[in-house]
Amino acid sequence: MFKEAKDGPVKAITANRLGDGLVVFLTENGAWTRNLAEARLIADGEALEEALVYGRAQHDARVVIDPYAIDVTTDGEDPQPIRLRERIRADLGPTVAYGDAERAALAARAAPKGG
Amino acid sequence: MYRYDEFDAAFVHERVEQFRGQVVRRLSGELTEEQFRPLRLMNGVYLQLHAYMLRVAIPYGTLNSGQMRGLAHVARTYDRGYGHFTTRQNVQFNWPALKDIPDLLDDLAKVEMHAIQTSGNCIRNVTADHFAGAAADEIVDPRPYAEILRQWSSLHPEFSFLPRKFKIAVTGAPRDRAATQVHDIGIHAVRGDDGRLGFSIYVGGGLGRTPMIAHRIRDFLPAEHLLSYVEAILRVYNLFGRRDNKYKARIKILVHETGADEIRRQVEAEWERIRDGVLSLPADEIRRIEAYFAPPPLEPQASDGLAGARAKDPVLDLWVDQNTVAHRVAGHAVATISLKPVGGTPGDATADQMDAVAALADRYSHGEIRVSHEQNLILPHVREDDLPELHAALADLGLATPNAGLITDSICCPGLDYCALANARSIPIAQEISERFAEPARQREIGDLKIKISGCINACGHHHVGNIGILGVEKKGEEFYQLLLGGSGDETASIGDIIGRGFAGDEIVGAVETVVDTYLEHRSGPDETFLAAYRRLGQEPFKEALYGGG
Repeated sequence: MFKEAKDGPVKAITANRLGDGLVVFLTENGAWTRNLAEARLIADGEALEEALVYGRAQHDARVVIDPYAIDVTTDGEDPQPIRLRERIRADLGPTVAYGDAERAALAARAAPKGG
Repeated sequence: MYRYDEFDAAFVHERVEQFRGQVVRRLSGELTEEQFRPLRLMNGVYLQLHAYMLRVAIPYGTLNSGQMRGLAHVARTYDRGYGHFTTRQNVQFNWPALKDIPDLLDDLAKVEMHAIQTSGNCIRNVTADHFAGAAADEIVDPRPYAEILRQWSSLHPEFSFLPRKFKIAVTGAPRDRAATQVHDIGIHAVRGDDGRLGFSIYVGGGLGRTPMIAHRIRDFLPAEHLLSYVEAILRVYNLFGRRDNKYKARIKILVHETGADEIRRQVEAEWERIRDGVLSLPADEIRRIEAYFAPPPLEPQASDGLAGARAKDPVLDLWVDQNTVAHRVAGHAVATISLKPVGGTPGDATADQMDAVAALADRYSHGEIRVSHEQNLILPHVREDDLPELHAALADLGLATPNAGLITDSICCPGLDYCALANARSIPIAQEISERFAEPARQREIGDLKIKISGCINACGHHHVGNIGILGVEKKGEEFYQLLLGGSGDETASIGDIIGRGFAGDEIVGAVETVVDTYLEHRSGPDETFLAAYRRLGQEPFKEALYGGG
């Protein structure tokens, strides 16, 4: 289903929320946020193991489903996942417009120009 | 179309309440995720990249307008205002919250719909020709037989835990619009020498990581034996299909490893044992089911105004030419509503569009709608003289793209934008292709050309049977796309050839254009389709154009 992060200096823990299935990230205080910028960034090692154990306990406590670690880069202003799959998840939706937003964009494009 | 009887309604209602209890127990902690997962999957609930996804069955792709309004209601009330019509004639909602899904299913049940057997190792939604009941070339409407198969396969106790999922497709016409030869069982209606109705039976087709074309194991099966013969196939598969390796568990692998002749022998032997038992279809029962699919009262008529309207309006003329086909009743047409607007997401429709299509179906198509495996909608019974009004209404809705069967009418899976299994995005590739080839005159010059795009090897986008197939893979962390040529899902079914090394995301559409330009350069004339030209020419001119000599 997904590849566990195996390298890279910084990790975040991600999962899907049980009740609505939406993507979340583990924060410093053990809560879950929709915003990766608010996530706890963890170096490899004991701290990561502890965070994953905590995530698993949150899975068992019916807060989230199937937590796992992802590689994150902090080169830019905000942390960004390294893998495209995780970047798409962290953006909280597809890379394309959908629903009414897509319909509006297509309609605007089709409308006669000028005026 | 088929209407639920009391048994159906009670059964679906009970199933909704059963799932409601399971969701409550999951949320309260009585069920672990590991315990709950198979239960939710049996009710069509997946966990995808961003959220839960619900897959709703549309039996043999047939909907009435009330059901389409029901889908619009679900999209608006429980989702983000849209749905995605799939390559199995189903619809998927991408964002429902788990806690809401029991209510959602309850609302669906009110319009006689459900999500049962849209996942799991069972017999999935039976698919059929999307022009069923209307096509001029039809031997018989395949939907009564698809419905008989649906009733037989729903919660069939012997076949609820098969080695792997199982897909059946039925066509009632010689022109195979249902991709039957890439299904576990493909069923083709045929007439015997004495005019009797029967079926040719194909077994062992499939796509995914091991694509295979089905073998015909029986040329003519009298119609009354359909269920017993299909049951015999399922029994052989259930007994001998591999359960040790999910990648080798589909019936296509069993047929391939055992040999089609031996599978035929085993099926025929089992069938001989059960053929005249309880599964024989009495003529009265076939007629009873057929009555649900009785065609609307269409009178043959001459078209008064269509030719004149087309002469005055080239946009209408183009749409009628490309998106409508002959109906079996003179003066009528089968109209394809393209869900492939240039730059849009293939197969998506908003709740407002669904409601509007339902209203148009009521007004112009006797309330009937079909979903095609090519991810479009069909109004099957439109008076030719109503086509100008229908076209104008569709244009206002952004649903009048005149591209049915053309290069911008791509099949496309959700890919990495939504799917937890995907390795690469497919929607942006389809969008870029449709933008590159958007010009209607250019599309028409290219002619019939089916592009099919999958975001992973599971092949939900049918890339193996695309005239041009595109498979997204992940290579060193980047999206990469393999190009396949020469596939077809029609009655001349073939698996496409991987043409060479793959292309980066920013190269693949250019590669498609190179292939198309090569076809235009080498075709014998405008009547030679891409597929025919490829079969005549072989890979070489395309390889040469894509990769150069040496």
